[in-house]
Amino acid sequence: MSATMSAPSSTSSTSPAASSAPALFDLDWRRIGKWGGLCAFAIALISLIGMPVGLDRRTIIEGRLSLGYLALIWLPLLFGYVVSKRVVLEGVDTPDPGARDVLAGLCTGLLAGLGPLLLILGIDNFNLRKPLVNWSPQLLELLTFGRDIGYGIGAWLAICAVLGMLGSTMHVLPKDVRRVVSIVTFGLLFISVLEAAIDDLSEGFGLEGLTDAMYAKRGGLTVKYSIILVVVLGVLAVVTKGRVKGATNHYRGLKGAERKRASVLLFAGVAVLCIVLPMFLGKIMNELLANVGLFLLLALGLNIVVGLAGILDLGYVAFFAVGGYTTAVLTSAESPFFAPELHFGFALIVVVLIAGLTGLVIGAPVIRMRGDYLAIVTLGFGEIIRLLFMSDWLKPYFGGAQGITNVPHVDLGFAVVKGTDPRSVFYMILVFCVLAIYVSWRLQGSRLGRAWMAIREDEQVAEAMGINTVNTKLMAFVVGAMMAALSGAILAAKVGSVFPNSFMILVSIIILVVVIVGGMGNILGVMVGSFVLIGVLGGPRQPGLLQEFQSYKLLIYGALLVFMMLQRPEGLVPSARRSQELHQEEFLQDVWLKGEDHEEEEAAEEAAAEEEAEATAEGTGDPA
Amino acid sequence: MTHLLEIRDLKVTFGGLDALSGLNFHIDEGEIVSVIGPNGAGKTTFFNTISGLVEATEGDILFEDESILGLEPHQVTDLGIARTFQNVRLFPNMTILENVMVSQHCRTHQQIFGTLFQTKAFKKEEREIRERSEAVLGFFGSRLVGYRMEQPAFVLSYANRRRLEIARAMATQPRLLLLDEPVAGMNPMETAELTGLIGRLRSEWGFTIVMIEHDMRVVRDVSDRVVVLDHGVPIAQGSYDEVSTNPDVIEAYLGRPVESKA
Repeated sequence: MSATMSAPSSTSSTSPAASSAPALFDLDWRRIGKWGGLCAFAIALISLIGMPVGLDRRTIIEGRLSLGYLALIWLPLLFGYVVSKRVVLEGVDTPDPGARDVLAGLCTGLLAGLGPLLLILGIDNFNLRKPLVNWSPQLLELLTFGRDIGYGIGAWLAICAVLGMLGSTMHVLPKDVRRVVSIVTFGLLFISVLEAAIDDLSEGFGLEGLTDAMYAKRGGLTVKYSIILVVVLGVLAVVTKGRVKGATNHYRGLKGAERKRASVLLFAGVAVLCIVLPMFLGKIMNELLANVGLFLLLALGLNIVVGLAGILDLGYVAFFAVGGYTTAVLTSAESPFFAPELHFGFALIVVVLIAGLTGLVIGAPVIRMRGDYLAIVTLGFGEIIRLLFMSDWLKPYFGGAQGITNVPHVDLGFAVVKGTDPRSVFYMILVFCVLAIYVSWRLQGSRLGRAWMAIREDEQVAEAMGINTVNTKLMAFVVGAMMAALSGAILAAKVGSVFPNSFMILVSIIILVVVIVGGMGNILGVMVGSFVLIGVLGGPRQPGLLQEFQSYKLLIYGALLVFMMLQRPEGLVPSARRSQELHQEEFLQDVWLKGEDHEEEEAAEEAAAEEEAEATAEGTGDPA
Repeated sequence: MTHLLEIRDLKVTFGGLDALSGLNFHIDEGEIVSVIGPNGAGKTTFFNTISGLVEATEGDILFEDESILGLEPHQVTDLGIARTFQNVRLFPNMTILENVMVSQHCRTHQQIFGTLFQTKAFKKEEREIRERSEAVLGFFGSRLVGYRMEQPAFVLSYANRRRLEIARAMATQPRLLLLDEPVAGMNPMETAELTGLIGRLRSEWGFTIVMIEHDMRVVRDVSDRVVVLDHGVPIAQGSYDEVSTNPDVIEAYLGRPVESKA
């Protein structure tokens, strides 16, 4: 209450309506200024990066909305929502959201409209194309909707104001309505943005008729089906209300045998889905899933090294490269120096051994360092390995920049895994991912896993408690290296060749981002991270679902990382431990509340213990 | 008769500073020995040297007639010497149970193979680790067991952290327990209780105990012998009563009377 009352009093004297309705216009102008200004800046920034023009061709709703415009208009909506958001504290009076909040959203939106306004005026009057490539007539045309400048300015101010208002209106709506609105909005967006994937899926299930009607010829939802979808989604949202949460709570509440049965059922369901779904998917989607699997395997390995043992390894790609090159040398007929042309299966055994060995060789000097030093040194090793493969010196053995080509398909007898058939690749990767997930899961709860955690917490104390820290850390390094090398081996077989440039330092960074964004130290988190980042956005060289964003991928990665670090450092699916660590105060509060239930029994125990203590103290005191 | 721990002419220097010099004493099986002295006397350095965190410059430390100088800290723990830290150093984000489980590392053996295939031996060992952990935690009454076991260690109150640290050291199944200021920061009630517990650590668990302590009542109540250090040099040894009346000790703690200066 006091925060809103302390808004500068000068504002009430400047607005004439203040006297009649002081509460309505008594807004937190600094807050509005901050978020509105930020929003205007963001709009200008995104325009100048070239997103709107670049994405304009892709329609979301036929004839009404393109992805280019969408890249801009989500901003005032979001900032309008943010500006009216309040932190609700227990025991502190929070005023109910009302007209004032909507007004704040409107003002924020208006302010945000300054972004396109200045841009339109700027592009019209000055020529800055030299430094800013996207300071172009096309952007101007897009911003003015193909009409004159006055129209463009007016339209943007109006659009931003309305969207800002809509964003803040979300707080005013009752909870249920809010839920329906957000499900409908995001659902519609989802369906239209993932057009390619849904098309692909419907083909597999023989539902082309539906998707052909749903999507317009040149992409985007048709207006008719947009309306139908809104209704369908709305009904779905109302029907499913509380069901999902109820089911999860029910599952959590289960105990013993019942819980076990439910888990088995859940697992079986996921397994069937993983096996059956790819059969109905086309090439592109299977390729995408295979890429997700490839990176999931890498991320699971890194999760053990970084998430469990706390060793920040930035040169992780080195093991990926070692796996790829070992496979290529052992199986390819084109390997320049040594070409035993082994079967992939035999090669894998060698790959695992060599990866372990490389892990030891790189790990041994590195592992004695701590923190930042370790990160920098591993970064160096990551590049050294790539440069070695690239060098003229080792060209007779590894082919230099041309790499090794002609890595054969994997002939399993009953099936052939080859890159041109991504479904087979996906199944092979699935097997390895399941294996890696099992290994990670088992290790976490074992003697070794606990030792890793202890080292992450306090290395010196871990050593004093009898843990051989050097060996234990090396073990983490080796296990991680093996998983990465397996992933590299599959990559080699899938692509059919290896080049040094497939193993850039960027791969290390992206895997690290996957682990951090997904949720460090949590297997489920790493899985979600791989799907969201590699599946949706795409890997360093692999396209994702949002192929349109290909050129902005790294920007989005960076923005996402910054956002996550600020707002949700524990990741999308945090491990319980990490979220406790990052929200210690809240957790302590919960414990305190929980402790009150136990207080009575504890008080009794305490009293008994004290009596006993006094008795023993006297006992030991006597002989002295 | 051989001693459990024997210190011979131990000297530790940091640069030009003698943190410890000419330290000579021994500890027998089943004793409780207190090491006291003013701040900076070298007490914690003494502990760090035994547990392998600090290197000795001269002299020798024998544990059961074997020199332990130059061993890594985990090897020292493996031989049967466990310690606590003056400024409580738990693994704050691991649960209370895990804190105690992890310190049995050097007494257990299961490797990756057993873990991945969930062998009988692995399951048996895990069960034993858990049982031992619960037994150790149960020693401190109801404070560290029950619903508390699954909570992270950072939720514990200060006194309970100290208790957990002792529990963690107990779980390494040592023969010699080094306690660095076990009652520091505790209130009189808690101090009295822990004093009793230290006595029981010897009588029930069979540990030999070396303890650094500033609280003289605790020192008086539990220790068989007291060693006084000042500026790295041992200035007195003996029973509490002998040491507490020793003029050198009084001088080390309180300074020289004014008239004797003249």
